Parts: sequence; structure tokens; C-alpha cells
Amino acid sequence: MVAQRKIMNILMGAILPLVVIALWEFATRERLVSPFLLPPFSRVMVRLWDDIVSGELFSLAGQTFLRLAISYSIAVVIGVTLGIMMARVRFVRWLLDPVISIGLPTPKIAFLPIFILWFGVFDTPKIVMAIVACIFPLIAGTWSGTQGVDKYMVWSAQNLGATRRELLLHVVFPAALPQILTAMQVALPIAFIVVIVTEMLSGGNGLGGAMIEGARLADTARVFENLIVIGLMGFVFLRGLQIVRRRILGWHPEVLQEKN
Amino acid sequence: MTKVAIRYAPIGLIVILWELSSRTGLVSQDVLPAFSDVMVRLWQLSADGEMLVHVSASLFRITCGLALGIVVGSTLGFLLAASITAQRLVQPTLTFLYPLPKSALIPVIIIWLGFGNSAQIMVIFLGSLLPIVLGAYNGAKGVENTLIWSARSLGANAIETEWHVIIRAALPDLLAGIRVALALSFVLLISSEMVGAQRGMGFLVAFLGDGGDYAGMFAGAFVISAIGFAADRAYLALYHHLLRYREA
Repeated sequence: MVAQRKIMNILMGAILPLVVIALWEFATRERLVSPFLLPPFSRVMVRLWDDIVSGELFSLAGQTFLRLAISYSIAVVIGVTLGIMMARVRFVRWLLDPVISIGLPTPKIAFLPIFILWFGVFDTPKIVMAIVACIFPLIAGTWSGTQGVDKYMVWSAQNLGATRRELLLHVVFPAALPQILTAMQVALPIAFIVVIVTEMLSGGNGLGGAMIEGARLADTARVFENLIVIGLMGFVFLRGLQIVRRRILGWHPEVLQEKN
Repeated sequence: MTKVAIRYAPIGLIVILWELSSRTGLVSQDVLPAFSDVMVRLWQLSADGEMLVHVSASLFRITCGLALGIVVGSTLGFLLAASITAQRLVQPTLTFLYPLPKSALIPVIIIWLGFGNSAQIMVIFLGSLLPIVLGAYNGAKGVENTLIWSARSLGANAIETEWHVIIRAALPDLLAGIRVALALSFVLLISSEMVGAQRGMGFLVAFLGDGGDYAGMFAGAFVISAIGFAADRAYLALYHHLLRYREA
């Protein structure tokens, strides 16, 4: 019964994409839409296959992935560290609080030309830009998560003789983990958006670079091909984070409740 | 007063360090123009009206795009929440499309609409759509059944229930979705203007940077930040105003 329902839901969910693809293919085959504006779906797929076989896709996707992975990991490490320090060290809180409250809601992408001036046009400005764009929600999320840890838990641990270090590692950090992971889930798409934009603006290939090149050379199939790849990557990464979250928080009521 | 001063002292500290490091030649002026030079350039750009042209072009685009996104997105979200069949049809697609980095739409829109106003408005509209749809949808889905049943038993028909109960109860989630969309809209606005536009703040900053007017570039980046910050704060004020009945 449950399995049947699941299959039914998957089938229902597949209707809309299939209809869109069928309409897309039909409209372009019948020349209702100019192939410059929208190439047939099949042609985009053939293009995708060609680039998979030739390895071109993997080299482009690899560049984008590498930039994203590097900038995101650096941002997570620095952001979480600063967030915890803000909650625990008064001086750091004083120093960073106004910076965070002003920096969080501002569109950091405006500083891209400045980073290009400082770091040239290769990988560094792209990575720095992505770090700057996604680190604010990480710091803010970690800070509020660490700040909100239940006082009684902290007192109990202290009462049992936990040192500052033990308290941090075994009580504060695990208790703040759900909010830290939420901040990570917010920050990932931001980093991805920015990596794609920087590739469009300052070259250096990658999927974003390939898309904008396709748009400049009126190679629409290439634009759509990379759009599909970027979409798939975004979906897989966020799903991956969700799975990691469920693994790491296996002990947390949030996951236990879901299992029951 | 002193409290505010102490709180924002780090910002002042950064400005002073910045000014000193570039005045003393510690950092080359070509890399970091002095803060005072940036302010002078900001004044010049504002006084000769150039800044205003670009700011108003950007504000026009973001207002149109976001307004469209709010109207279409919340309508779709509420419709979706009202029909189980629609949910089963659409939800998997939404879940799949949601994590798409919206900036990847910029080249597609450039092909379709070129470099004019409509292109940026379209990018902002499409980018802001999904967070708003999901905000309205989650809000409407989360309405307590007892509220709906009470309204029904008091004689409200489906439309009255939707308007007086569901939309109001869904407001917090919808407004939170719009806040996400607002932040996203600014990123998309500036990015799409940098990629291709003849006017707008994103264009101005990239243009001044390419031309070597670094003080002007910093001034432009600060204006964008200030506008983004002000928009978020204004929206927060509106948010608390609209939801003031909950805080009592």
C-alpha cells in the first residue's frame, strides 16, 4: 500500500516535467519558436552527451565544483569558528557584531570589481567573493545557535567538572549543531550563485563561463546544456547536505521524530 | 548614545585604519583609495546626477521584478496549497528547481530579452518566484485546521475562508519568503547589470572599475550596500507592522 502510493506520487510528479519537455520539443520541431531562442530539447541532450563523451563537461563542471568546494569549506570553517567565538569571547563579539549586522543584509556581490582589482582575474577573486558572500549567514547562524544553548546543560556539565574545552566540544558545539547545519544549508546556494556569476564576469571557464560564452556566440544549445548541469549540481549538493544532516543529527529529536 | 557609539566603534576603527594605511602609503592608492577620496568621489557622482540615473534604473528594475514575483508567487503558492492534486503534480518539480543557482538564468534571459530593462526584471522575477511560492504554500499548509473549521461552521464559504483565515494565518511564512526573495533580488539585480546592461548600479560599479576610477568604484559599491541594507531594514519594519497583532 505504502509502496504503491510512493510509486503513484513519483509518476504524478513526473507528469509536469514530461509535458514541459514534450511541448518544448514539439514547439521547436514545428518551428513555432526560433531555434535561436530555444533549441529542441533533443538537441540539447545530444550536445550534453557529446560533451560528456569528450570529457569537456567534466573539465568545466570540475572547475566550478573546485571553486565552490574550496570557497564553501573555507567559509564554513572560518564562519563557524568566528560564530562560536562571538558567543564566547566578549571582545570578538564587540568587534564583529556591527560588521555582521551591516554585512548580512547587504548585497556583497557589489564588491566583486574590487576583489578583481585586488586579486586579479583568476581563481582567487572568485573564491574570495564566494567566501565573503556566504560567510555572513554562517557566522550569524552559528552565533545565535551557540548563544541559545540551554543554560542548564552548560551548568550541569560545569558541575560535573567539565573544562572549558570539554564544555565547548561536548556540550555547546553539539547543542548548536542543528542551527549550524541550517546555516550551512542557507550558505551553500549563496556560494553557488556567486561562483556562477563570477565565472560569467571574469572568465576562467567553469560552467558559468561556458554559459555566457554560449550566450555571446548565440550558441543557445550550449547555454541550456549548462543550465541543466548547474541545476542538477545544485539539487545534488543540497540533497547531499540534507543526508549529511540526518546522519550527523541521528541522536537529535528532529531526526528521531521523523523516523517514528 | 554612548551605547550606540561603543557598539558601532569597530566600524569607525576600520575606517580610520583604512584611511591611515592608504594615506601613509602602507597600501598603494591604486589598490585601496583613501576613504576620504571615496567620499569625495561619492559626493561628485551624486552632485552631477550620474549616481541618481543609475540608482533609479536599478530601483525601477528591482521594484517591478519583485512586485511581479510577489503577486504571481503568492497566488501560485496559495492555489497550490488549496489543491492536493496540484501539489502532487507540481511539488517534485519545485523541490528540484528550488536549489538551482538563480544566477544561471541570466544568460538564458539575455538570449531571450537582450540587455534592456525587461531582461533584468525577468531575472529578478524568476529568481524571487520560488521562495515566495514556497513561503505562501508552507504558510497556507500550516494553518490550523480548527481555524478553518471554525470559519466554515460560522458560515464562511471557500473564498471567504481563504481571504479571512488562510491568507492571514499564512502571512508570517509568506513575509519570511519575501524577505529571502528581497535579498536574492538584489544579488540578481547587481549581477545581471554587471553581465550586461547600459545603466544601473551594477553596470556603474563594473564600468568605473574597468576605467580605473577605483574611488568611484568603491563609492558605487557602498551605495549598493547602503540601498540593500536600507531595503532590508525597511522591509523588517513593514514586517513587524503587518504582524503587530501577533506580538501583543
